[in-house]
Amino acid sequence: MFSKCIVIGASSGIGEQLVLQLAHPSRTVAAIARRKERLDQVADQARGPVLTYAHDVTDYDAAPELFEGIVEELGGVDLVIYCAGVMPSVDEGEYNWAKDRAMLEVNLLGAVRWLDLAAGQMEAQRSGTIVGISSVAGDRGRRGAPVYTASKAGFTAYLEALRNRCTRYGVDIVTVKPGPVRTSMTEGMKLPFMIDADQAAAGVLKLAEGGTGTGYVPKIWSPIMGIIQHVPSFIFRKTNV
Amino acid sequence: MLLRHELPRRVYDGFGRAAVGLSVFVRPHGVDELQLSLERAANEGLKVAFRGNGRSYGDAALNTGQLIVDMTAMDKVLSWDGETGVIEAEPGLTINQLWQHTLADGWWPPVVPGTSWPTLGGCVAMNIHGKNHYKLGGFGDHVLELDLLTPTGQRLLLSRESNAELFRGVLGGFGMLGCVTRVKMQLKRVHGGRLLVRQWALPTLSHQFDAWEHCQGEDYFVSWTDCLGFGSSQAGRSQMHSARYAQPDQDQEGAVTLHRDAQRLPGSLMGVPAPLVPLVLKVFYSHDLMVRFMNQAKYAASFYSSTAPFFQSHAGFHFLLDQMPGFREAYGAGGFIQFQPFVPREHAQQVFAEIIRVGLRRDLPSYLGVIKRYRPDDFLLSHALDGYSLALDFKVTASNRSALWQTCQELADLVLDAGGKFYPAKDLILRPDQFRRAFGQERITAFRELRKQVDPDRVLRTDLSVRLGIDEPG
Repeated sequence: MFSKCIVIGASSGIGEQLVLQLAHPSRTVAAIARRKERLDQVADQARGPVLTYAHDVTDYDAAPELFEGIVEELGGVDLVIYCAGVMPSVDEGEYNWAKDRAMLEVNLLGAVRWLDLAAGQMEAQRSGTIVGISSVAGDRGRRGAPVYTASKAGFTAYLEALRNRCTRYGVDIVTVKPGPVRTSMTEGMKLPFMIDADQAAAGVLKLAEGGTGTGYVPKIWSPIMGIIQHVPSFIFRKTNV
Repeated sequence: MLLRHELPRRVYDGFGRAAVGLSVFVRPHGVDELQLSLERAANEGLKVAFRGNGRSYGDAALNTGQLIVDMTAMDKVLSWDGETGVIEAEPGLTINQLWQHTLADGWWPPVVPGTSWPTLGGCVAMNIHGKNHYKLGGFGDHVLELDLLTPTGQRLLLSRESNAELFRGVLGGFGMLGCVTRVKMQLKRVHGGRLLVRQWALPTLSHQFDAWEHCQGEDYFVSWTDCLGFGSSQAGRSQMHSARYAQPDQDQEGAVTLHRDAQRLPGSLMGVPAPLVPLVLKVFYSHDLMVRFMNQAKYAASFYSSTAPFFQSHAGFHFLLDQMPGFREAYGAGGFIQFQPFVPREHAQQVFAEIIRVGLRRDLPSYLGVIKRYRPDDFLLSHALDGYSLALDFKVTASNRSALWQTCQELADLVLDAGGKFYPAKDLILRPDQFRRAFGQERITAFRELRKQVDPDRVLRTDLSVRLGIDEPG
């Protein structure tokens, strides 16, 4: 159903798999990431046309020109997926501005920069789908990852606001909250209900096709987070979650 | 960094919501800031459009992919003389702010549209009209002087004496000759804050045109026209309104009602609280049959009500649209277009009847029809003529859009065959060839000559100017 797609954060993990699964002879995918060589390797494996663009999402000033150039190249745009994200490990008792800032910049500010551009374009054209890869982590503030959870909570709230703003103009806004996924981000970690990146990407695309809404990947996280979200704060702070 | 990448963006729409465009924008607070933006835009090839309060129905204040200069921050009254009724103001001042400033001294804008929210700059750019064009002409007839900033950075004083050709072109030139930065105009002396209004019903279009013969005796004259009706014989029936300024001996409360509190708009319309009006209208506008019932009720109400004159505040009489905040939402997601042909007196009745007939026959009826009377004037791209206009609201949906455009373009040919004209503030459908026929090749050539003088690099552009082919040879 989509024919002109942009994936931001496309060189590894879920983003890489999204590009590979979206790639189709009848569809052009613009893949954006910092690492051009990695992107080109992804493009080589793809079964359809993939255009690659080297870009750091924290280079905010460069985004408008790049976005406009890509839209022109694609001849329009009907799907934008933001899945750039970083999660450096933060130890117990560690307060690290460099890591915290990087998470806010990539996970939240970069998302706002790119999806504002996409939303303006789509609101004006009265159609399109925006997908944000947020996280189950955004549902609660966790002691193990204060700023990561904050960046994802912010992203989730931003996507909800975009949805409330744009749905009336025919734009679908999809929030995807994956649980743990086996990628370089989670290397060496043992986490519950972990899935592979290709499974996660398939789940994301299914939600994207379903239109406006919020969904967990895999679905098992929906009841789990339903419960976790309702654990009273005075109990939640005593757990190790 | 280029302006086009640095500036904030915004999705703008026309008042009818059927046209939208994404633009970058600036909102200058003074002439110097405005000039700087113009210079920077011109240097990087960014095209510029000026926008006031966005009350043009179509694409006149859109500039897709380019720069919108939002003029609403330049809204100061620069001088006001309560003795002579001459005001000077910045272009972002609204009609609403204008009368609030002057009415207590006994002065009212001689020409006002059906809403008080347009800016003076917009009123100049469109040379807007009211319900008294046949008597006092358009907005431009009361403008004494303009300051104009051109894209090349010239600051010119325009009046009937100085730069007269440009003055004639800027009034109604839809912002294509530069940015108006000061408007000096003459207001009209009123003795009180109220009009003596008369309302009556007439069963056919031909009755209406007989009634219009007597409009010269009234200060304002307007007719609402039912474009549906139950059965074709009812289409064309109307609710007429005429109004006169109340003379001192007619209105004991004249002086008191000059106060702005006496101009407060009623909180309800036909018994419906104002905030709910758009919702109720949305229900009625959801189907033609519902509109038939609504029009029937409106006609019947005026048929059975007294025709004795009654007092109404200036604001209450003129600004019906302002009594329904959110009115433009009532047509649903696709919005609506206003189609307003101007037809010479001798052909008006026949052309209007045909337009209403075609709408009904093609299942594209107008939900609203308003007839007004005009006199010719001398502005370069004037929509005024010795004749009438019929303003029609058509609901736009995803499924009717192409048929509606097709039909309106055919109707436009009908209007042009009769020597008619159109009004850029209301237009979203004209083709370049139709625009040329409406205003005449000679006038368009003269307008292009003016453009060459003040905007040789063609910095100024709107979606309207592109659609109408303002700068295209031919």
